[in-house]
Amino acid sequence: MNLLGDSAWLSILVIIAGSIVVAVLGAVFALLFRGVDRKLVAHMQGRIGPPIIQPFRDLRKLLIKETIVPDGAVSWLFNAAPIVCLVVTIVLLLYIPLFGQNALLDGYGDAILILYLLVVPSLAFVAGGFASSSPYATVGAQREMVIMMSYEFTLALVIVAIAWRIVPMTDADPFMLSTVAAYPVWNLVGPLGVVGALVLLFALLTVTPGEVSKVPFDIAEAETEIAGGILVEYSGRNLALFYLSDAMKAFVMVSLIVALFFPYNLSPVIGISAAIPAAIVDGLFFLLKVFVIMFVSVILVRTAMARFKISQASYVYLIAMTLISLVGLILLGLDLRV
Amino acid sequence: MAMDETKTRYTIPVGPIHPALKEPIRLDLEVDGEEIVDVDVIVGQVHRGMEWLGMNRNNPIQNIYLSERVCGICNICHPFAYIMAVEQAAGITPPERAEYIRVIVAEMERIHSHLLWAGVAAHEIGFDTVFYLVWRVREEIMDLMEYVTGNRVTKAMFQIGGVRRDITEEQFPRVRQSLDYYKSIFNQLKTVFLDDWTIRMRTRNVGILKTEDALKLLTVGPTGRASGVPKDVRQDQPYSAYADLDVKAITPDMLTGTVVGDVYDRIIVRLLEVKQSIEIIEQCLNEMPPGPIVAEGKTAKLLNTLTKAEGEGVGRAEAPRGEVIHYVRLEAGRETLSNWKIRAPTYTNLMAVPIMLKGGQIADVPIAFASIDPCMSCTNRAIVVDLKANKKSLLTGEELHKLSVQKTRNLKRDESTR
Repeated sequence: MNLLGDSAWLSILVIIAGSIVVAVLGAVFALLFRGVDRKLVAHMQGRIGPPIIQPFRDLRKLLIKETIVPDGAVSWLFNAAPIVCLVVTIVLLLYIPLFGQNALLDGYGDAILILYLLVVPSLAFVAGGFASSSPYATVGAQREMVIMMSYEFTLALVIVAIAWRIVPMTDADPFMLSTVAAYPVWNLVGPLGVVGALVLLFALLTVTPGEVSKVPFDIAEAETEIAGGILVEYSGRNLALFYLSDAMKAFVMVSLIVALFFPYNLSPVIGISAAIPAAIVDGLFFLLKVFVIMFVSVILVRTAMARFKISQASYVYLIAMTLISLVGLILLGLDLRV
Repeated sequence: MAMDETKTRYTIPVGPIHPALKEPIRLDLEVDGEEIVDVDVIVGQVHRGMEWLGMNRNNPIQNIYLSERVCGICNICHPFAYIMAVEQAAGITPPERAEYIRVIVAEMERIHSHLLWAGVAAHEIGFDTVFYLVWRVREEIMDLMEYVTGNRVTKAMFQIGGVRRDITEEQFPRVRQSLDYYKSIFNQLKTVFLDDWTIRMRTRNVGILKTEDALKLLTVGPTGRASGVPKDVRQDQPYSAYADLDVKAITPDMLTGTVVGDVYDRIIVRLLEVKQSIEIIEQCLNEMPPGPIVAEGKTAKLLNTLTKAEGEGVGRAEAPRGEVIHYVRLEAGRETLSNWKIRAPTYTNLMAVPIMLKGGQIADVPIAFASIDPCMSCTNRAIVVDLKANKKSLLTGEELHKLSVQKTRNLKRDESTR
């Protein structure tokens, strides 16, 4: 953040302006990806589907609708939850490398911080659910808590494993995503490590639908069982905020996978060195990477599967995915010895 | 949110309006965490007074169309049972060709109803892709029904003493084409529903109804057959042209060798029944005798006969959901029915719902409940309306018992005073 000299005021101004730009860009592309997701799923199901800009229309419509707070609700918590959720999701965007550039707040926080921050939107959902005083929302909130606790360990294991592999390469903080970008895991490892990294990638891809509450892990919302669960009492502006942060969270999660596993840029490869064209090429390449990962981990999965029960989802994460990510960790470790 | 003293149990109301339900009914679930401890089924949300209309407003022929509207899905089997009851009461025998046509449309209805159910079931477990694909496949039978009867939903095919439209030789190729289509995709459907591991995960050992319970609760139709009760009106008391055809009740052990009585078994039974229906229609096309399609073509004359007729009749038909019974009494000189009683299959199958749900998880409720293919609009019977107090209520078992005892006493007293 020393681009414009050492003036602290100036750098604060840059961060504020940058944050706004990142938040807007993040929101626009997150909603765009949500639209692409809906369109592709519709085509795979033999439907036409909504236009790609439908999420923007949904958002606008929700914003002009009446916001209802149920009588029995804890209204301050009920109203605060969506705001907390959105703010933290935006903060997350600032810590994650986007569009092939370093994160805006690079150097101020690392992957461990991201790990903590990722919990907050889910917690906000849970708090909002419990605050809405509906039995459906209560069941939904309980389910969200269970699923959150189930996938968190796998997520942490993946990040730790990658950082561990980077440690011998450099003195820099291995948890810093810019360090991860400088030493992509695939370049460091031998054949055994490649298998290990693939296993870890698989675990992380499996965590993604759980993190973003999509089939088969949309148990906390489960329309046909608990009528929308956590969100059942939300409407109007509050629902719009949840809707937006939900879409942005998916974007954040996939960007995190890109940052951890595919931090490559296209511009050095095809030999573009001028700053602006390179930024454009890298930005588009980043969007392509996000799309591919989203397609594999969210879109295909939610087309091809039925919803799990909470016990089954918990088993998948807590037992199966934990074991798989441990195997990945051990393989990476063995690779380090060889 | 209703909490009791232990604070671990909640009552979750599912319905009367809930995304898991396609028609209004209320299930009060007593849950402990995710586990269901107790279930109460509360019916009485869609009473429409149909039997009253049949006894007070409509003549027996108009009633055919009313009985089609008892249920949007079973719009063949209700009129089917109804006309059989009236024919029995009035002593009318339909021509043989009409019997075959009735069976053909009834089996078409079974195919469409089972496919519709399969889609709904997939939606209930969050598998929307299968839902869309199955309903797309279902369009073929809907088109065929429109081709044969002139309408996709309420077909107006039945007439007392026959049917209203013939299925001619020229129409056979089109019918066969649809049947061949279903035969060609049948294995695909089977793979999707029986081999997919997420569907298996969500339906195996879910909503179990044991054979003893099914027998005890008189469960009918696919729900009973999936529990290993080989009960099928078409097999046990063949009506119409079924007597000429070879229909065997389908139980899940035909495919898997065992009977579990869970949702998965109900999927098996319905899938196999689709195949069975295709075979029945083909057999009918081959064996259909020539001849008239209705015993008395002139409606006015028929109505006259019915008005003069005196007697009672019972019609039993195997609906896609199970056995449907219509009871009819005709009084000479009375233009409307003097009595009409409908018993739809869901009415008996609902009794099995608490057993299926108890001990399961909340996530099992939609699919387990949907697995009996419930049809609420057929089920509602009586509602007590106090106009002065502007109050509506249902009669409970005890109240009915009390009323019954009261009536017996009154009758006895009348007898003794006479």
